[in-house]
Amino acid sequence: MTTIPVPEAFPGERPVTDDVVAEHKLNATEYEAILKLLGGRTPTLTELGIFSALWSEHCSYKHTKPILRQFPTEGAQVLQGPGENAGVLRLPDGWAVAFKIESHNHPSAVEPYQGAATGVGGILRDVFTMGARPVALLNSLRLGPLDEPRNRYLFSGIVKGVGDYGNCVGVPTLGGEVVFAPGYSGNPLVNAMAVGILRADELITARAHGVGNLLIAVGARTGRDGIHGASFASEDLTAASEARRPQVQVGDPFTEKMLLEASLELIRGEHIVAIQDMGAAGLTSSSAEMAARGGVGVELDTSAVPTRERGMTPYEIMLSESQERMLVVVEPHKVDDVIDICTRWELQSAVVGRITDDGLFRVVHDGRLVAAIPGQELVDGCPIYHPEAAESGAAVARRSAVPARKGPNPVDALKQLLDAPTIASKRWVFEQFDTTVRGRSVITPGGDAGVLRVEDTGFALAMTVDCNARHVLLDPYEGGKGVVAEAARNIACTGASPLGITDCLNFGNPERPEVFFQFREACRGISDACRAFDTPVTGGNVSLYNQSPTGAIDPTPTVGMIGLLEDVTSAVPSHFRAPGDAILLIGHTRGHLGGSAYWAEVLDTVAGSPPPIDLELERSLQQFLVAAASRRLMNSAHDLSDGGLAVALAECCIGGPWATTTFGATVDLNAHADTVSDEGWLFGEDGARALVSATPENVMALQQLGAQFGIPCHYLGLVGDVGGEIEATREQRKWSWSSTELRRIYHDALPRRIERPTGTGKD
Amino acid sequence: MAVVRFPGSNCEDETLRAVRRAGGDAFLLDYRSGNLDGAAAVVLPGGFSYGDYLRSGSIARFSPVMAAIREHAAAGGAVLGICNGFQILCEAHLLPGALMHNAGRRFASRPVDLRIERTDTICTGDFEQGEVIRIPQAHGEGRYEATPAVLETLERDNLIVLRYVPVSGSDIPYNPNGSTADIAGICNPAGNVVGFMPHPERLADSALGSEIGMRFFTGLIKRLSGVPT
Repeated sequence: MTTIPVPEAFPGERPVTDDVVAEHKLNATEYEAILKLLGGRTPTLTELGIFSALWSEHCSYKHTKPILRQFPTEGAQVLQGPGENAGVLRLPDGWAVAFKIESHNHPSAVEPYQGAATGVGGILRDVFTMGARPVALLNSLRLGPLDEPRNRYLFSGIVKGVGDYGNCVGVPTLGGEVVFAPGYSGNPLVNAMAVGILRADELITARAHGVGNLLIAVGARTGRDGIHGASFASEDLTAASEARRPQVQVGDPFTEKMLLEASLELIRGEHIVAIQDMGAAGLTSSSAEMAARGGVGVELDTSAVPTRERGMTPYEIMLSESQERMLVVVEPHKVDDVIDICTRWELQSAVVGRITDDGLFRVVHDGRLVAAIPGQELVDGCPIYHPEAAESGAAVARRSAVPARKGPNPVDALKQLLDAPTIASKRWVFEQFDTTVRGRSVITPGGDAGVLRVEDTGFALAMTVDCNARHVLLDPYEGGKGVVAEAARNIACTGASPLGITDCLNFGNPERPEVFFQFREACRGISDACRAFDTPVTGGNVSLYNQSPTGAIDPTPTVGMIGLLEDVTSAVPSHFRAPGDAILLIGHTRGHLGGSAYWAEVLDTVAGSPPPIDLELERSLQQFLVAAASRRLMNSAHDLSDGGLAVALAECCIGGPWATTTFGATVDLNAHADTVSDEGWLFGEDGARALVSATPENVMALQQLGAQFGIPCHYLGLVGDVGGEIEATREQRKWSWSSTELRRIYHDALPRRIERPTGTGKD
Repeated sequence: MAVVRFPGSNCEDETLRAVRRAGGDAFLLDYRSGNLDGAAAVVLPGGFSYGDYLRSGSIARFSPVMAAIREHAAAGGAVLGICNGFQILCEAHLLPGALMHNAGRRFASRPVDLRIERTDTICTGDFEQGEVIRIPQAHGEGRYEATPAVLETLERDNLIVLRYVPVSGSDIPYNPNGSTADIAGICNPAGNVVGFMPHPERLADSALGSEIGMRFFTGLIKRLSGVPT
């Protein structure tokens, strides 16, 4: 390499002092590393800003890289693993699926509507920059309890933000989860996942190459919004975070839609070499990361970037996180084509830089060099930390704690569970999301997993997002395994085979040993489960510092999973279909109540060990469900999770969100798991179980299939009349519920709390 | 048949597909076009034209292609507006009334139960009079409103094509947006311009469990080819 030219400060820029370094959240070790990289010279403010963005936790993974490397990332189905904008898995007939999940927690905590909306925008861009057309969205939302007005405000704003953005772009939302727990008060989580379809040979990566090729900025003009968003996402939320509100970007889904169409045209017409979203850390990360992946240098001219206002400095332009912008790499002779295509989609575009051969990351403004940094080191050179990990004594003690009081009778307990916002119907939420646009939706939200037909092929994708954070809190390793197991059960209940995952690891401050312990152990659990199920990790996102003045959030490693349903016409719904169908409980019931929703929601006790996850048994259950679906032996299949058998049975009887009828049911719990307590039978959360309905003549075939996979299929009883009673008997005891009353409780739990709140406290 | 793509349309692909599956020829028509490229019918699909940051459809009505659509409608040509297309037709005064924010001010994405009120329009000939069908709907501004005089005309002249209806046993409010007189879709007095909020093109594939929506397109195609229905 030739000698590195020395940049000069941009006129009016503050000199870089210790205070300025600290303001940029760079510690002494990191600043030392920067000085060394620059040959001892003090960086310009522009350079310091660039470092602070790329060396933030959000971009550098400096606390988590060594752990993330342990994830299984390979498999015959993997076309693109971690490290790109999104992971890609192979599908039959030359098709492929690109998918990724990402957090937008911090922005949503201070500005729920725009924070959530731009989270959806960002994840869509990650998927279409792979050359994939976005075909589905999912989301995982976590909030504090709805009896607090601020949580209702955040919840309503987040749901509307997620909905408005995806609806306008025209991508159906096919799944999600909403969880309410005190740990998310003041620090809600918004995790958005996008799924896209492409032909495997149309895959494009964000790898800049070709010295002399040009960089074109496409889309919205660059403004002063979102400056330092990546750094904001890498610190604890405090009372002062409210002042960050102007840093939250504003979404423009219309421009996104134009950008989506233009990008796909540019990619599919082979007009460009590489493309990357200007997401977190904007122009800085998109250009530096593309150059580093391609092993080339880059020179940006910030004075050529179209801006929203005059007088923006290179520092501001490099760090702006204005939304709906793309950076593309183009061969010089194709520049006119690219600009023409952008214009046709009513998008602005401008040449803002070029690829160089000296490996340097340079920024010039009006001919003045304001930054010159070795490019590879800028991206990979951040010091990596190995934080201390230690489980807290309180966490250990919590595992052996039990509820202080006895539960109510099971009839009331089930009603309380169905009324608990985390378990209750989320119809109020997904009614605000377009779930049917594009005309490919086979199973819409309200069941185990969303199912989507892939273009005009005969196969479909199943998709879900899951995380039982209470289980992870109580035992991060078993809980981590459980997250993947639950996602896989949900996928398999539709008849699809799990293919791979993306993860969104939401944790507190990693510099706290008890938090890093949770992180390390949960990741170990996820890794072990992914190996057992052959569902590699294809990418994802880490969101740390989810820590508000009230403490860290519950550890929440959300998993987004994709499954393949080979025959779209064999998709299995979750809910009962017809009176007289047989009800079968698949799997072993052991009555495990530790960490259960029953303890948490009915007995106010978050304690105990969550159910241990037997990965082999889970795998067998998945294979059984897939085989049973392909032979069309089941009329419905629903996994057992929060609230155990009683909640699953109630949900199957209540029917789908738009069902016009409920069903009764009669189940007999005698002669199986006789040593288990009534509470354990009804509300225990043992893994590897599902509730299946089938026409009576298929029961024998299902039981034979179960024997083949080593999975018990207990006959429990029959689906009852339309609008009938749900009755469960055990020895002399009998519990019954009206299916229509349960439906009312289940569907009214959210609306009554949001639209008709009644003061404070539990109501 | 032309399916118009405005900037921000997002239902044009499934609309094209539904027309083709129903046996029709269909092509995409750009909003900048000055003519209809010889199409015998025009479909304005769903979406968020120009983002619909203002009142839905209020900018799209000024698109160049609208002049040709107006001319086509005036000459008795078939024009169908679905969702955003219906909003645009109202904004362009090709249909009376307006589509306001849903009562409750929330986006409403759900299946709706509809009664076919007229079978002699350009696209409802393949249904029975009074037949009740269930198809998806998804919009934030679908509450139909009009002056009392217009409403009276609509009722008197039988210009209401689709109405939201309750079905027995359902506990879900049947009118999802608070539309006046449960109106989901209307036509002009000549019956050649039809607009409605629900999305039949999204339920036109047996792999999704139902293809009931296809009948709007088979009906339209039969009408164009002069087949009596």
